[in-house]
This record gives sequence, structure tokens and C-alpha cells, in this order.
Amino acid sequence: MNIPVTRRGFLRGAGGALAGSAIAAMGFGGAEQAFAATARAFKLAAATETRNTCPYCSVSCGMLIYSRGDVSKGEKAEIFHVEGDADNPVNRGTLCPKGSGVLDMINSKQRVTEPLYRKPGSDKWETVSWDFAMERIARLMKDDRDANFIERNADGTTVNRWLTTGFLAGCATSNETGWLTWKSVRGLGLIQVDNQARI
Amino acid sequence: MTNNWTDIKNADVVLIMGGNAAEAHPCGFKWVTEAKHHNKARLVVVDPRFTRSAAVSDYYCPIRAGTDTAYLLGVINYLLTNEQYHKDYVANYTNASFIVRGDFSFDEGEGLYSGYNPERRAYDRSSWEYELGEDGFARRDLTLSDPNCVFQLLKKHVARYTPEVVSRITGAPQDKFLKVCEYIGSTGNGERSMTIMYALGWTQHSHGSQNIRTAAMIQLLLGNQGVPGGGVNALRGHSNVQGLTDIGVLAHLTPGYLGMPRDGEGNFDGHLAARDFTPLLPDQTSYWQNYKKFYVSLLKAMYGSAATPANDFGFDWLPKIDKVYDTLQIFERVYQGEVNGFICQGFNPLMSVPNKAKMSAGLSKLKFLVSMDPLMTDTAEFWKNHGDANPVNPADIQTEVFVLPTNCFAEDEGSFTNSSRCLNWRWKAAEPPGNARHDAQVMAELMQRIMRLYREEGGTAPEPILNLDWQYADPMYPQPDELLKELNGKALRTIRDASDPTKVQYQAGQQLASFGHLRDDGSTSSACWLYTGAFTEAGNITARRDNSDPSGLGVHPNWGFAWPANRRILYNRASADPQGRPWSERKAYIQWDGSRWVGPDVPDYGATVDPARKVGPFIMNPEGVSRLFARKLMAEGPFPEHYEPFESPVANVLHPNHSSNPAARVFKGDLEVFGTSDEFPYVATTYRLVEHFHWWTKTSKLNAIVQPEFFVEINPALAAEKGISNGDWVRVFSNRGSVKGKAVITKRIPQLTVDGKTVHTVGMPIHFGFIGETKTAVGVNALTPFVGDANTNTPEYKAFLVDIERADPPAVA
Amino acid sequence: MSYINPKLDLVRRSASSDPEPALAPGDQVAKLIDISKCIGCKACQVACMEWNELRQEPEENVGVYDNPADLNPDTWTLMRFTEYENTAEDRLEWLIRKDGCMHCTDPGCLKACPAPGAIVQYSNGIVDFNSEACIGCGYCVKGCPFNIPRISKADNKAYKCTLCSDRVAEGMGPACAKACPTKAITFGSKADMVTLAAERVEDLKERGYARAGLYDPPGVNGTHVMYVLHHADQPSLYAGLPDNPRISPIVETWKGVTKYAGLLAIGAAAAVGLGHYFMAGPNEVSDHDEDAARKLKEGRDV
Repeated sequence: MNIPVTRRGFLRGAGGALAGSAIAAMGFGGAEQAFAATARAFKLAAATETRNTCPYCSVSCGMLIYSRGDVSKGEKAEIFHVEGDADNPVNRGTLCPKGSGVLDMINSKQRVTEPLYRKPGSDKWETVSWDFAMERIARLMKDDRDANFIERNADGTTVNRWLTTGFLAGCATSNETGWLTWKSVRGLGLIQVDNQARI
Repeated sequence: MTNNWTDIKNADVVLIMGGNAAEAHPCGFKWVTEAKHHNKARLVVVDPRFTRSAAVSDYYCPIRAGTDTAYLLGVINYLLTNEQYHKDYVANYTNASFIVRGDFSFDEGEGLYSGYNPERRAYDRSSWEYELGEDGFARRDLTLSDPNCVFQLLKKHVARYTPEVVSRITGAPQDKFLKVCEYIGSTGNGERSMTIMYALGWTQHSHGSQNIRTAAMIQLLLGNQGVPGGGVNALRGHSNVQGLTDIGVLAHLTPGYLGMPRDGEGNFDGHLAARDFTPLLPDQTSYWQNYKKFYVSLLKAMYGSAATPANDFGFDWLPKIDKVYDTLQIFERVYQGEVNGFICQGFNPLMSVPNKAKMSAGLSKLKFLVSMDPLMTDTAEFWKNHGDANPVNPADIQTEVFVLPTNCFAEDEGSFTNSSRCLNWRWKAAEPPGNARHDAQVMAELMQRIMRLYREEGGTAPEPILNLDWQYADPMYPQPDELLKELNGKALRTIRDASDPTKVQYQAGQQLASFGHLRDDGSTSSACWLYTGAFTEAGNITARRDNSDPSGLGVHPNWGFAWPANRRILYNRASADPQGRPWSERKAYIQWDGSRWVGPDVPDYGATVDPARKVGPFIMNPEGVSRLFARKLMAEGPFPEHYEPFESPVANVLHPNHSSNPAARVFKGDLEVFGTSDEFPYVATTYRLVEHFHWWTKTSKLNAIVQPEFFVEINPALAAEKGISNGDWVRVFSNRGSVKGKAVITKRIPQLTVDGKTVHTVGMPIHFGFIGETKTAVGVNALTPFVGDANTNTPEYKAFLVDIERADPPAVA
Repeated sequence: MSYINPKLDLVRRSASSDPEPALAPGDQVAKLIDISKCIGCKACQVACMEWNELRQEPEENVGVYDNPADLNPDTWTLMRFTEYENTAEDRLEWLIRKDGCMHCTDPGCLKACPAPGAIVQYSNGIVDFNSEACIGCGYCVKGCPFNIPRISKADNKAYKCTLCSDRVAEGMGPACAKACPTKAITFGSKADMVTLAAERVEDLKERGYARAGLYDPPGVNGTHVMYVLHHADQPSLYAGLPDNPRISPIVETWKGVTKYAGLLAIGAAAAVGLGHYFMAGPNEVSDHDEDAARKLKEGRDV
């Protein structure tokens, strides 16, 4: 019984210019319309709407992400509001407090925006380049693999495993990243591989 | 989930036990409120706490944390004793009639099945099998009267779990337990159905898998499996935990639940030989007989043209496992100094793995640690001093640490698989901030750099790496649609119809429509057979957004793509009787129309298989039926049995010599730091709060505002005993560590009587740590024991022992 | 790349399994809060803060689930938790009430307000605060029978729930109702909400809540935020929901007293332009007695 946000009706609302008929539909009349618009400007007018899925629990609620700027057109987009996708048959536009607050995770102070490096024994982070970080990690991994890779076990069976590095995969990544991760870690011979399904 | 979120609205009874859906899955819980509102459903909640789910329930029954198996076995005893089970379903669709081998036994006084080896803490499971006839098929007694048939063995096994014994073990008052049994029993008739919703409240125990098995047995006895409003529904955790599980990014798996190669198998033939899918009854489907097709198609996706019949499609390039390196096993090795490098991709193990002191010491022994994450995590800063919350000296820690900043969900496209097994495509709303990069970009570039190093300088065993098929348009950044196409699979050469070779089914390069088209000769590739159908020649099926529901049963067949084969309710053939007629018109779903199976969903069965052929509805099993008796598939027994948590306030009243799970793995060192009830008298349990998601939303200010700080929940009686007032600082301590938090004194934590003894519970939420917008906290894993379920090694977070006292506030860095 | 464009997809069929309420011009709107469906998840609280761009500093835990501890200028709605031992039925009940502005048909805040145009009531029933015109006097706080408005120390203006008048004006429901996972909060015409409430009350009675009922208190001529209560005979069980809310008699006496010219001058410029509307409006700001108002603000005679 929540407000009838059909796709068509909703786009009309978001478009702003056609808002008048929507106002009438919501019980506002006459002069109130102008006042209401002055008192509280509708902030989604001219916003770009993008469908996504909540990153938290496995209900995987449909979300509408509102941004200024449209990244699909190559524009720089700034996300400023998120709400539920009424089309999604599971959440039907609703979101729990985690999903309702996701904007503050997207824009969290704890977002890391540059590669960081901590030297052995140091008490602080240093900002480093991607090239430095990636090359250093690739080197550390290759050296560890070369030194500790097991091609055959005691019985002479080919086992091709690498037991001195571990990998925990994140279950908030996409299936596509998950597959690329599987291909990569098994390709390297890693078997200490797990994800949040276990814990 | 065997069923799906929207199907819950069809339930007549909803049992929430081993979970707290209103708290952890509110928007899925919506379907419980829909069932109540529109289907007059009754919600029954069994939980150690009066939860948010309980707040809107029709009936609540308390239980001591860690005793769910006993409670559920008591339910089975009730159903069998009062004949409130679905007799036709049980006889035809379960293995109740199967005769078990004569050398199988269970010692009620010791709590052990035949074949136990105490040194190895493991069973020789060979006796846990069916008696085979001379024809090689399992022997049955369809009258269910043979004393060695599964039904009679089960009846005898559960007879010990009388309401009185259940109450003694679990602390649930007998009258409340019986009332719950009544609700459950009301659905064993084909007219009504019950759904069971569970989550970590059942899995996070040293006997977690058996909790779920017992629930599944109840649903089979009631005939609630495969029907609308039924099922055993794992609500699951992260947004794509189902997807990552399907893709097998787990210690023991490959994509599509095929097994990782193991040492003893030798080669590909050995691997296949170790998996016998021969039907155990005549004419059964035993769909896993297609295993090799799935595996070869995976190897083709992995190694491309380098995978040939001559080299077993590159099978030997895959690493073989000598044992399962699950998270606990991995961090035991980290703690022992046997691991040099570690990569966390969106994972915060310092907070999420038990025994934080052990974790902290282990991470300090690493040579390097990499965190790929959109956010700073507690793990990435394990070396930094955060006062009492992380009291380390950075100078003592020689680990090199990297944070590689990645996108968050809003800045990426691709599919997530929800716990209803439904894949939904997501679109990108912005680019990652600053110099943060996409997850796939980070993985790919790292691999490309390692490959380059191997090409330039050689090294140990370069072939498995250099033979990886990496035919992406941009090798440094494979695109999501390329990867989903690879998961789906394609024809590698012209494929002709198996039944009519004159017909070309696929041209080389075409996307496959169904896993039924996969081949074991190398002519198809598919990274995950379950996902075949997700990106076909018709396009990206996961992006479908037609939410229509013609049957009104919450099927939504054209929304996204549900594996397998876009099926929304698993085992749905079982919604009809052996002749193919619905058990009842109320619960009609899939039925035989005389020439084919019809209904609102994709039949979980051969579309035109006549019911007269007596092919069982559980087509993945070689028996064709479901299993009340699990055969060799469970570590601690083919029937569930009550075992106490490793830390328990009481001994096992049934068999004190084997109080806790005899087949659970315990590492040396962890055994020594289990606490006893004389020193740590209170049952502790940990849980999630609706306002937070794991250790993630503490970085969101909005979520910090509505739940800002770690707290400890206790009953008023215990508070009075300890002189604790509401809002006081308290210290909770186990034999592994201690935490401080604010006391929340609440009647929602019941005081129970267990075997004549008063038992108090101390409840603590998990979500707090030392990074983020919430108040700094140590993290409850300072307290939790490093032991897991005997089958999955999911840690026992839900039941352990602590003591509690009033305390001064903690020191803050 | 994907063949379905997310921005142009016009799937028409509404996903709701409930019939959609149709609102006609001039309809009264209402938000129905069904406490028997509320799980206290605070999605409404977070959605409210997110939509209205409100962020206070996180507080401490003070031994309860109510966070923040009270309504404040940045928390316009708040879940209030009550543990109730129902001895008659031998059960514990966790009563969780979403507190916030009730949008009274006869709004005490508006009647008490001396600042022209600072509080308005739309013909659809929404009572909204207009910060531009607010003088921060606090009379609305005293005038409210539900103790809802809060004065900001930062800008000395009064704040409360707007019933998302901006969203409602665009054909969307309030942010809280949109978010509510269990549909404990629904929004539509008042008539539809009363009908829905009756259906819910019947369901609760069938489940053994003999005293279930709708909370739409007559003392303020009804409200545009209503509750379905399992124990409608005892509203105060629900974290002190007033059993019989009434506007303070002092506020009532101001009504009809000659408007004090000086206060009118303080009115915000925005309101001046809309003067005609307020003069003609159905429930315009009434005349005030400055002395009485000052007394009220200083706490005398109250």
C-alpha cells in the first residue's frame, strides 16, 4: 500500500517539468503547489537514475542510485541519494536501515582513494603509486611462489600447489569478479582460498 | 534457499529458528509479513533471545544457545509419535524405505556411530550405507516395517528425544515446545505448508550442519520440500555470497560445486572414478552423471586451446588439495608462521575470525599483507595501535602492508546472485573515487604483472599460469559482460544436435542456451555450468526486468535468471504425487498434464518424463529420492545427534563421555584455551543487529547514528546478581580474552532452567571495531573459540562460555 | 553493452501485491503505522535522515535500543522501544513505536506559533514548518500535545517531520514509508488508510488481540499519522503515546485574540509573497497575544 511509484509515474516526478499533475494526484491543490515547491525543492529533478543492487545482505535488494552527472555518457557522476527500486520483486522499493544508509558508505571518510603502503616496523601509512604497489606485490608473490611451490607430493603425484600465501575473497564482489578471481588464484596454484560463506 | 524470497508469502506456518530474519534480512522478512497479512500465516520463532523477529511473531519459544539439534530431533519424535507426517511423501520421496547395512550401529550410551576412531577424531563411514541387492540396487521395504529400514532406525533414534528430555537439554519449557510442535505438525498434510528460515544461528556451531539436516528431515517428513511456501531456506550473508559459493571461490570447490582435485585421485580419470553417480534404483536420473561434461567445460574456460584431450584438458595444472584449507585451517597455519603472504579482497579477518589475540599474533608473522578494499579495514591496520581496542606496538611488526583501493558496489557493473539463486545485473552509477580502481582491474593487472615476470625471468612451474586463457579485449581489465559470457559458456566448434546430426545446434563461438548442451570432448567451454543460460545468444538474461508474476505465486520467471535453468523452486516435482497430481489444489505447482509437466515454474524433472516411469523427484541423487539417512555424507553421523557446544554450562545428558561433536577438528593450543563452566558460568552468544552489516557499516555515519556503540545484553536477574545497572560499563571475559561494553539489561534475554540448573545468557553484537564512525571497541572475537563445524568448519560463534563483571571505561588511543 | 538499458526500461506493472491507493485532488493524506508489523529496524529513521540530509554526531549507547536517545533537530523520527510483560497472556511483548510528528488535523504547534507562515497546514493535511519564517521561539514545542518539535541550537529554528511534503508533491510517498521493509508504514489517502487499518485490526483480533484498534485521536480532530495498536485501550504502553492528546488550553485561548502587529513583521519574506494563500487557507495562523506568548516561552503559566 506504499505510494504507487510506477516506472512511468516516477520518471514523470523525477523529470520535474511535468510535476504539476503529480501534485494534484497527491492531494495538493492550487496555490499550495507553488508554495510547496518554494519551501522544499524536489532534489531529484534532473538527477540521473541508475539501477544497482544493495551490497550488504543476500536479499540483494534493488536500488536506484541518483547522481548528478551520468557516468554512462562519460560525465563525472556524483552520487547524492539512494533509495529502493520499486520494480524489484523481492524488495519492492523498500530498504532496511543498512541499505537506506548506503550513501554514507559510498561517501565514507574511510574510503581509500590512493594506494597505501606500510613499511615493516612503521607506524604510519604512505601514499604510493599503483605502479609501485602492484610491482612490489607481484614481486613478493612470485618470489614466495618460486621458493615454496610444490609441483609433486611425496607419492610423485603432480599437485601444483602453493601453500605459503593465502587469499580471502570478498562476497560483495560480482560474479564476474568472482570468476576472474577463481581463475587467477587457482591458476597461481593457491589452495588457501576461502570466502565469507564459511564464516 | 530451496524456495525463494517471494515464495514465502505462500506459507501457512513460518518457522524462524537459527536465524533472525527481521533483524538480518528485513526486506526478505517482508514476505513473512505478507504471508501473515494475506495468507493468515502463523509466525513461530525459536531463539535464545526474544528477537526483532519474535516481536512480530505469533508464538515465541526460548531455547539455550547450541541445543537446536536436540530441539528439532524432539520435533521429529513428536511428528512420528503422533503420526503427523506426510505418509505418501515419506514412502515415495524419501529413503525411509531403504534398508541400511547390518553392520551400521549407534551406541546410545556413548553417542557414537559405528566406525569411530578416537585418535583421528573421525569415522570410518563404510557401514553408513544401504544394503545392496544382487542387482546392485538398494534394497527397500515399502511397508517401512523392516527393523533395519531408515524409517524404523530413525524412529528408534529419535525416541530418546521426549518433550521432557528436550526441555532438560534446551531449557525450553515443555508446554512451549509442544505448542511449537503443534504448529509444525499442522503442515504435514499436503494442504498446508511451512517454510523454515535460518541463517548463522544454525551454521555457527560445532554441529551446525546437523542443525540444518534435522530441519531438512522435518520438511521431508511433512512433505514440505518442493512445494510453494515450503523449503529449507538459508537466508545467507553477503549480497553475493551465493554467487561466490556457486563460483566456488572456497577452499574445496570449483565453479558449479564440482570438487577440487585431490592428491589421492592421481589424475583426471582418478578424479572421476572417485565420484560414483551410478543410480541406486532402476531408471533414476542421477544428474551428476554429467559431471565430466561440466568439468571439461570448466577446464576449457580455464585454459582455452591449451586444454586438449591429450593433456586431460589441463587437469593437472589445477592445484590439488591434500586437505581442505578452510578459513580456520588457513589462520592456524598463519599463526604457526607457515604462511608468508596474504591477500584480503573485501575481507576483514582480524574481526571476523575467532580468537582475535591469535589472529593478531598470526598476522604479525606475515611477510606481506594486501587489502583490496574500498574502505580502510581493521585488518589492514592490525599493526597500528588503537589503545585498548588494538594494543600492539608497530615497531614489533615487520609485515609489509598494502591497501589497494577498489570500487564499491555503486561504481561497478556486473551480476549478484541473491539467496534465492537469482542473478541480477547491476549498472554503474559513478566511477571509483580518486585513484581507486575496479576489482576486476586490480586482479587482472596483478596477474598480468606476474605473468610478465614469469615470461621474462622464468621460475617455478610457469605453465599453469601462462596457459591460462586470457583472451579479453583488454587483458588489464576484463569487462563484466566478457566474464559473464565466459561463465555461461559457448560452443568452441560447430555442434550438431545429438539426436539429429544433420542439424547444427551451435556455430562455433555461439553462446550456449543450456547446461544440457555441454560436452565432455572439449567442444564447449563454460566456467560454471549452473550459470549456463545467464548470457545466451538472446543477450544478458540476468538483466531481464520483467517482474510479472502470472500465477500470483511469487514466481517472477522473467526477472533475472535463477539457477539452475531459471528454476525458482527446487525439487518442485515433489509438489505433485507419484501420479503427477498436485497433493492439494491449494498447493498446486508443477503437475503432469498427460504429455508433459506444466506449471508456473521450470519443472525440476524431465519435461516429458511420464510419471509411470517412476523416476524419483530428487534427480540429483542416485537414489532419486531425498535422504532422511545421510549415508556417508556427514562427518559425525548419518542421523543427527545432540552434541553440546565445545564450551557448555552442562554435560551432555544423553552421553557425557562424548559431550561435544566427536568428529569436529580441534587444533592443539585451541583445545587448551576452552573454558569450563565453573570458571566461566554464562552462555555467551554473538549476533547481528539490524542497523549494521558485519564490520562494514561502521564506516557509514547514518548507521553509526542509529546504533553507535558496542553493548552487552543480560537479563535483569543476572544484572542484579552482579550489581550492574543499565548503561554501566561491563567487562565480559572468556578463556581467550576480554571485551568492554555498555550493559543493556533486558527481559528479552531469558533466564532458563537446564537440567535443573539456572542458566544465564550474555548476548553481544559483532559489529564494532576500531575503524569507522562507531565508538571504538575491541571486537567480540576476542572471546570466541577457534573451533568449527565438523563438516564445514564454520566457527562456533553462537555458543561459548564467559563471565561478566562491572568495569571501568576502556582506555582510548 | 547489455541489451537492456537501465535508464529507459519502463516496466509498467507495479510490484506491489496490495492495491494501489488512488489519490484525488483535495484528498486528505495519511501515514498509517502498524505497530504489529513493525520490527523496529530504523530503516525509516535512516531514510528520513538520508532524504532530508540530516547528520548529527553519533551518541553513546545508554542501555537501550533507542538511538539517538531522543528526537532532536536532526532526528525527526525515532524508534522508541518498550518491553511489556503481558501477564494476562503470559508473554513478553516488545512494543516498538515510530515516534514523530502526527500531523494533527487541529495542530497545536500551528496554533501556538506566533511567526506568520512559519507553520503551515496543506489542504491534504500535512503540517509543515517553514524555517525561513521560524523565529525559534519554541511555542510550537509547548503547543504540541505529542512533544515533537525541537529547536536547533545551531540556527535557533524549529524542526520536525515534514511528511516529506517535497516527495508527496512529486507523487512519491514519504521516504520512511518507501523504505519500510515490512510495510508497517503505509501512505495514501486518509480514507484508504482507515480502511486498511480496519483490515489490520480484524487480523489482530483474529490472532487474539481483542483490544486492537486504530489510534486517530479525536482530541486533535484526528491525525494524518495514525497507528494500529495491539492494545488500543492503552496507548501509553507504547513509550508514553498520549491516551487522550489535546492542545493545551492556554494555546486554545490564544485563538481569536487580535494578531500582534509586531510579530507579523517578523514573518519571512517567502511567506509574504504567499500571503493570500495563508489568509484564505483553511487553518491559517491565528492571532496572538504577545504577553501570553512570552509567558509561555519563559515557562510561566504552564
